[in-house]
Amino acid sequence: MCKNKTGIGDTLKWVIFLSAFWIILLLMNTVPPKDSFFHLTDFNLNTAGKYMAYAILALGIDLLWGYTGILSLGQGIFFGLGAYCMGMYLMLSIGGEGAYQSDLPDFMVWNQVQELPFFWKPFESFAFSMLGIVLVPALCAFVFGFLTFRSRIKGVYFSIITQALALTVWLLFNQNSMNLGGTNGLTDFKSILNFPLSDISTQRMLFVVTGICLVLAFILCRYITQSRLGKVLIAIRDNEGRIRFSGYSASQYKLFVFVISAVLAGIAGALYVPQVGIITPGQIGVLPSIEMIVWVAVGGRGTLIGAILGAIGVNWARSFLTSNYPDLWLYFLGALFVGVVLYFPKGMWEVSGRIKNLFSRRAKKQPVIVN
Amino acid sequence: MNGTIIYVEGVAVSFDGFKALHDLNFMMEAGELRVVIGPNGAGKTTLLDVICGKVKPITGRVVFKEYTDLLPLRESAIANLGIGRKFQAPTVYTSLNVFENLELSLNRKKGVFNALFKKLTPAQRDRILHTLEIIGLIQKKDEIAGLLSHGEKQWLEIGMVMVQEPKVMLVDEPVAGMTDHETEKTGELLKKISTERSVLVIEHDMAFVRQIAKKVTVLHEGTVLFEGTVDEVQNHAKVREVYLGRGEH
Repeated sequence: MCKNKTGIGDTLKWVIFLSAFWIILLLMNTVPPKDSFFHLTDFNLNTAGKYMAYAILALGIDLLWGYTGILSLGQGIFFGLGAYCMGMYLMLSIGGEGAYQSDLPDFMVWNQVQELPFFWKPFESFAFSMLGIVLVPALCAFVFGFLTFRSRIKGVYFSIITQALALTVWLLFNQNSMNLGGTNGLTDFKSILNFPLSDISTQRMLFVVTGICLVLAFILCRYITQSRLGKVLIAIRDNEGRIRFSGYSASQYKLFVFVISAVLAGIAGALYVPQVGIITPGQIGVLPSIEMIVWVAVGGRGTLIGAILGAIGVNWARSFLTSNYPDLWLYFLGALFVGVVLYFPKGMWEVSGRIKNLFSRRAKKQPVIVN
Repeated sequence: MNGTIIYVEGVAVSFDGFKALHDLNFMMEAGELRVVIGPNGAGKTTLLDVICGKVKPITGRVVFKEYTDLLPLRESAIANLGIGRKFQAPTVYTSLNVFENLELSLNRKKGVFNALFKKLTPAQRDRILHTLEIIGLIQKKDEIAGLLSHGEKQWLEIGMVMVQEPKVMLVDEPVAGMTDHETEKTGELLKKISTERSVLVIEHDMAFVRQIAKKVTVLHEGTVLFEGTVDEVQNHAKVREVYLGRGEH
């Protein structure tokens, strides 16, 4: 009854591909001996986990930008909100083991804060922290989205406002008086749920959790884009003016997808923090937010897999280039962005599509000859 | 079917001081096929914009079916009440295919959660296929709408409004840019539609107006100049002066 190309089978194929990706990496870390060619170092496994967290965020950007045509230059904010929620929990679970042997986080002792600020208190609970990771970005996105979409702010104006917001949040988080660690952010975490973060087994668990979250996020986004809602999103991108006269409230749909993308960014941030061990305002401001857009542009807008591969690929290239050719990285990023926008406006995923078409055309020709 | 379906009273619309409509009174019976003509800038499209909520007037009343005040409502709410709009330049969803264009427009609940969870029922699917046959695009149902010809896009958009099952269909210059053959086909289509619902058409092409219209409203400088049959309109001295005499329309 339905067109088969976009059906459940195709989703399953990508779910298997994504799961295989991280399971193979995990096996490469655990099974082969350390001197084997196939061995993946603990450091590299940890880095791959970080990239997968980024990929979850990229999925959200793709829903928002690739499908709905809303370019948010403030996704770093929601990444940061999720990350700081997790960071606060991790800070509080250090307990009295900090450098100052105080129940308060070290930076508060340094800043002569006497008592734990009220908004830190709920983050002593792991359950609440998990809830906060989802709800805090969702709530912020809801309030901001409600106000902007309702007043029909769109296009480049929306992008500029979100960028200004990213700058504001960055400035705010830099303030020591915010009690969020200022410029240095939150760091020196010791353990999560009493598992020491310095243990490779804990890091492997975090890697697995990130992998599972990535697959679940993919399934969610895939379900959304395959439903009628996904078509409404594309229709909004094509012609927002028209969709209202088909009886859809465009602002409701935009709000929905904005909140989903914020939640995905928040989860990404929360998975990032225990694996990287630090979160600072520098990782959530204007520049990181733009870099996130570049991942999706390079990977392929409007194709979920493209966004995932873009996030992983660009970050892998970044690690490779910054360690081997540290001076060249920024030139490379710039050239990559300009090159992709000029020659492959649909991203690198389009290139693979072209190659596949080449083969499938050949394959299709054969039955014609037989007939 | 009888009773008023659209009632517009004393409406004025101003664009930065320019009065696009002033003191406009307009009424349409349910089940009617009405054609609105008038020279460029007479306010024809603005009248449709006011009815479907795209433009809000500074004064006046716009009432749907005798009791529903349309002025406080948003466009999507007005569309869901049963007022469908076909725009002048064909506006379809260019990255979606023909079938999906109709699927989105289909008359059903249009909230976020319905869109996320509700699948197309077989009956709804049949409705779409049936409409595709009427507008002559059944062969092209899987084609991307952006690749259709101008005429096909016009028909697709008419089809989109049809599956919305509106009580009133507002159609803005449906045959602009069409060949004679296509124009005739569109005329038949609109006549067919008007057997089931009220249709308000804006048109310039007098041959086409003659083909479809029973009652014609002439707008001039933002207000109604004359209302009557096609023959009455064509013989009316003032109408000939301001509009028909002007060109080859």
